[in-house]
Amino acid sequence: MTNSFSELTFNTRAFRNPDIVTSLVKQINQLADGVAESLGRPVQIMEVCGGHTHAIFHSGIDQLLNENIEFIHGPGCPVCVLPAQAIDKATWVAQQADTILATFGDVLRVPGAKGSLQQIQAQGADIRILYSPLDVTQLAFDNPTKKIVFFAIGFDTTMPSIALTIQSAKQQHIQNLKFLCYHIRLMPTLTTLLDTGEAELDGFIGPGHVSIVLGSECYQPIAAKYHKPLVIAGFEPIDVLQALHMLLLQLSQQRCEIENAYSRVVSKQGNVLVQQTMNEVFKNSELNWRGLGNVANSVGSLQPEYAQFDGSLVAPQSSPCECDDSKYCADVLIGKRKPNQCPLFGRSCTPESPLGALMVSSEGACAAYYKYKQIPFNESQPEYSEDA
Amino acid sequence: MRDNEVITLAHGAGGRASAQLIDNIFVEAFGAQDEAALQDSAVLDLPTLTAFGNRLAFTTDSFVVSPLIFPGGDIGKLAVCGTVNDLAVSGAVPMYLSAGFILEEGLPISVLRTAVQTMAKTAREAQVRIITGDTKVVAKGQVDQLFINTSGVGVIPAQININSTLADGGDVVLVNGFIGDHGAAVMLARQELGLEASMASDCAPLNGLIADLLQHCPDIRVMRDATRGGVGTVLHEIAHASNVTISLDEKSLPIRPQTQAICDLLGMDPLFFANEGLAVFLVPKSQADKALAVLRDNQYGRHACQIGQVVKTEQSLLYINTNFNSKRMIELPYGIQLPRIC
Amino acid sequence: MCLGVPAKIIRITDKLSGKAVAETDGVRREVSLAMLLLDNQQANELVGRWVLLHVGFAMAVINEEEATQSLRLLREMSDD
Repeated sequence: MTNSFSELTFNTRAFRNPDIVTSLVKQINQLADGVAESLGRPVQIMEVCGGHTHAIFHSGIDQLLNENIEFIHGPGCPVCVLPAQAIDKATWVAQQADTILATFGDVLRVPGAKGSLQQIQAQGADIRILYSPLDVTQLAFDNPTKKIVFFAIGFDTTMPSIALTIQSAKQQHIQNLKFLCYHIRLMPTLTTLLDTGEAELDGFIGPGHVSIVLGSECYQPIAAKYHKPLVIAGFEPIDVLQALHMLLLQLSQQRCEIENAYSRVVSKQGNVLVQQTMNEVFKNSELNWRGLGNVANSVGSLQPEYAQFDGSLVAPQSSPCECDDSKYCADVLIGKRKPNQCPLFGRSCTPESPLGALMVSSEGACAAYYKYKQIPFNESQPEYSEDA
Repeated sequence: MRDNEVITLAHGAGGRASAQLIDNIFVEAFGAQDEAALQDSAVLDLPTLTAFGNRLAFTTDSFVVSPLIFPGGDIGKLAVCGTVNDLAVSGAVPMYLSAGFILEEGLPISVLRTAVQTMAKTAREAQVRIITGDTKVVAKGQVDQLFINTSGVGVIPAQININSTLADGGDVVLVNGFIGDHGAAVMLARQELGLEASMASDCAPLNGLIADLLQHCPDIRVMRDATRGGVGTVLHEIAHASNVTISLDEKSLPIRPQTQAICDLLGMDPLFFANEGLAVFLVPKSQADKALAVLRDNQYGRHACQIGQVVKTEQSLLYINTNFNSKRMIELPYGIQLPRIC
Repeated sequence: MCLGVPAKIIRITDKLSGKAVAETDGVRREVSLAMLLLDNQQANELVGRWVLLHVGFAMAVINEEEATQSLRLLREMSDD
């Protein structure tokens, strides 16, 4: 068994140290009590990113924090906000002759008007799941008689990898490759959410990996215009707790700043040249996202110079469909309602037969709730002990 | 019959080509049976069976795997181990197997020969006999190269009583090795995701190990092999069948760093990776140490360890005690786990 | 919203296009360094460094000093 463990200098596991977790939890709970008392209600923190929702539930740190801290799950799950028409377009593409639809595994089970991609695949469509957009170029080389369409999703984190892949395809004059892109931009989404003002929020845990690209400075309007503190966090339990601790310190000291608890990868300015590349390949347009409605400048679509790679041009232009999700999905997405406060949750809407994408993606607040929080412990029944 | 030949529809037509295939591949590997073996049925003497116990266990499983050969095994080894292990975890002494082959036209003879030879070798190791079989050839595209079905019979000794409904408060949960090796190894061998690591399937016949265990700890009541759905799925089924709450200890789960790294990269859970030589045992606490010692004494149990315990009765739940003293519910995934980026 | 995993750059496979092999706990994969090269990092100097991987792209070099420092501070805080 080869194992490079012994020579590790950097070790992510250090960010799971239980002693540090315990100590941070204690300090957070104390701070939260104070802040909640002055607010007259529990502190409401939105973790923007679905990855944080997952991290919080996976480590169970929500169980360690007291009732004065409430997490509001944000819209940072690209699958959850993906409009049904995007799935329908991908479905249409996958059903065309001599076509291979390549995509990330995340979107396979998202319901569209004519079913999910997984259902279309079962009917014979050639759909390939890739780990990396790097592999789509090879797929195009290996299948010269096929048309390859890459159905790309993701926030600003994933956009650069797609932009660089498209640029490289152009340089290599690859003829049989197109991209169907539904990249959602974080900042317009976040400011739209704040403009609706529906959710009562005291501060944000900022997305770690988006910030590698955008830099911490991009969030300044959140503090300046909307007067909400934001702390960027990584995805290990200690990362999330450290950010929460910094947020509560700000709230208790009545500060409102953008801070960075993920400085091992996030800088102030982000990766400026990568941002330029993104702008060369993508332009921002408006799109009607699930739950969020129309958001200006929120979707990255291909610039005219890259029209030959634009897969959205080959699919028929569908009019934005009537959103088939329940109105409750929208409430959950913008933090107005918790998943288990939806009357459909766990009844007609389950991971087996999801009514909305929040129940599909493992990052979706509803799926996370269903998986980790739905079943109550029977507390009245004691645990078995050896004397029993 | 040369190795550079391929299977044609003639090999399935029942004529001379079929006879050649049977003689050259199957009889050669499985050995000359008595005349009865090549008749329409294998005929078994009941006294041979009843000498071992008083109940017959009978099981069947079909094997489809891509690629056919992977580090640690191939479809032939899988086809024998899968059925042998199903019998063994039922408390039975596995005795006889059948083998049904569905071959795709164009399959290289060499591939079939290799698979059949590993079946024979694994059957010898597991001390079971393959006594009846069948071969069909279908047109190109109707199956993916080679599918194998095996059925098996075994005999359950009178004093043994294994059943998923019999888990009880205080039982400890043991496994005989690392979790998820087979699923990880096969996924890497498919080379679809561009990942590489030195990982081998755990594919192995466990009847010897289980016989040792039952001899020393006859009070074991629950054993399951954690195949397709992984350790998570079988524990779920046990919790449900016995109506008990099982808690696992996150820090004691034996997961290889490579398996965990694959899961981290692809957003998956090793508890739902397939295993082909890994069983879950629920053992009364008083016998836990002895059971662990017996398991570790066997070549297929060197990494055996305790991963959890039954903490409550009358409520069916499965959760993990995290390293931070919180609990994480383990829910069954809807279907196969898909790699994700979010 | 975006899975990211730390991995170590083992060797450069194609300097021109910025491809390298990265490894995490014995699992290797070809990755692109293009985002780091755009940020004026030199491919050869990245060998042996830890990066954060997302969909096969190295997003950032992990600042190990920064990581050690913040852990040390947290540990001191927890010892108090």
